[in-house]
Amino acid sequence: MIDYFAKHSDMLMSAFLEHLQIVFITLIISIVLAAVISYLLLKSKKATNITVNIFSQIYSIPSLALFALLIPLLGLGNKTAIPVLVLYNQYLLIRNIMTGMQQVDRSLLEAGTGMGMNKWQLVTKVQVPLAMPSIIAGIRLAIISTTGIATIAATINAGGLGKILLSGLRTMNTYKIAWGTILSVIIALVADMVLKLLEKKTKATKLNEI
Amino acid sequence: MIAVELKNVNKQFKGQTTPALDNVSVQIEEGEFVTVLGSSGCGKTTLIKMLNRLYEADSGEIFLFGKNIKEQNPVELRRKIGYVIQQIGLFPHMTVKANIATIPKILKWDKKRIDKETDRMLRLVQLEPDEFRDRYPAQLSGGQQQRIGLARALICDPRIMLLDEPFGAIDAINREILQNELKAIHQKSGRTYLFVTHDIREALKLGTKVIIMNEGKILQYDTPENIINNPANEFVENLIRTAELKGGA
Ligand SMILES: Nc1ncnc2c1ncn2[C@@H]1O[C@H](COP(=O)(O)OP(=O)(O)O)[C@@H](O)[C@H]1O
Ligand SMILES: [Mg+2]
Repeated sequence: MIDYFAKHSDMLMSAFLEHLQIVFITLIISIVLAAVISYLLLKSKKATNITVNIFSQIYSIPSLALFALLIPLLGLGNKTAIPVLVLYNQYLLIRNIMTGMQQVDRSLLEAGTGMGMNKWQLVTKVQVPLAMPSIIAGIRLAIISTTGIATIAATINAGGLGKILLSGLRTMNTYKIAWGTILSVIIALVADMVLKLLEKKTKATKLNEI
Repeated sequence: MIAVELKNVNKQFKGQTTPALDNVSVQIEEGEFVTVLGSSGCGKTTLIKMLNRLYEADSGEIFLFGKNIKEQNPVELRRKIGYVIQQIGLFPHMTVKANIATIPKILKWDKKRIDKETDRMLRLVQLEPDEFRDRYPAQLSGGQQQRIGLARALICDPRIMLLDEPFGAIDAINREILQNELKAIHQKSGRTYLFVTHDIREALKLGTKVIIMNEGKILQYDTPENIINNPANEFVENLIRTAELKGGA
């Protein structure tokens, strides 16, 4: 097992890094897009419910089907894989961002508006900081989900650890399958741990060391 | 100088059958401590929120220091008005200092000035800066929290203070102390205060003038003495009588 890794470390590491890259790029685009959509949704609770509902429907479409649908439009590889992964993340991110924002006490918003904060200041200085635990929980879910679904993207030539898994399956190479799995689990676990720490920290500042 | 003037202001909320404000007109001189008295739902909060444009009038005009508030940017307008609410509304993720300095930070005061002014405000509301500056709201008693709410509203030295039942949730002893402090702060500042309450004794004690409201209308606007001696109508007369009964007990 270790021998196999030593022998093929170049291949495994490059797939690992490729995978990390896909997850990272997906995450950045997802967060920016979800932030913009959430900001626009702040005005209307109804629009929020409808939007979250639509994204939850999309989230329930199997990834292979979505890939297949989008290949004719966007082609093979990351050009399709990343948009699909971003699309999936919108549900997890927007749902958590909006839940967190809506839970902020109304009297805080009234106090802020009444003292002369504009909408942007209210969002950035009050709502987002108070919604942070929920937002970070959403990002954690998005990382885990992206890491997993990205392996399936290998079927459309997107590269990453999915490539290792797929060729392992094809040639019945258990080492390949094992290493592909282990490395993707590592990505999810490490990201999960880091964000859990962050989540704890944001909660701690909110409630403070009483 | 007239600090606040309302001319035939009307406001009716969607889905309501009666107006929250019914053709309200009043002139308030600069420097007065006006208490707004009336039972729950009579339109006191609506009146206050009209002045900082949290609500917009259906008709009528509102002037602050001679300027129609409709012609002013609402955010700019609010920064010149102090606003304190019953729920206090301190930001739980910010320290006492950051709470008090919210608007000064937005206005980009320099750090030295912010430090100096937040400490001055803390002393003004009888809290020792070194002890309280770095605390979070959850580490304060209700009375201390409301003092911070007051300090936050006062830091930009607004010409008008709007206080909507600020002591409503505070126990009787602390309430008495806070009332006296607020009265002293007002007297020193010479600013115009509008203070909403449904407690007649609080209204008569604090107010240099009292607005008595019922069902969206102003029934009487006068000094506490005149209200006691010459109640405008039966409603006000009854109100005074209940207060005197309680006061004598
Ligand atoms: N945002 C609102 N939407 C609908 N109705 C409101 C709103 N605010 C106040 N009202 C109604 O207007 C009337 C006056 O309310 P308010 O000014 O809050 O009274 P008070 O502060 O004297 O208790 C009440 O009947 C209340 O139900
Ligand atoms: Mg009220």
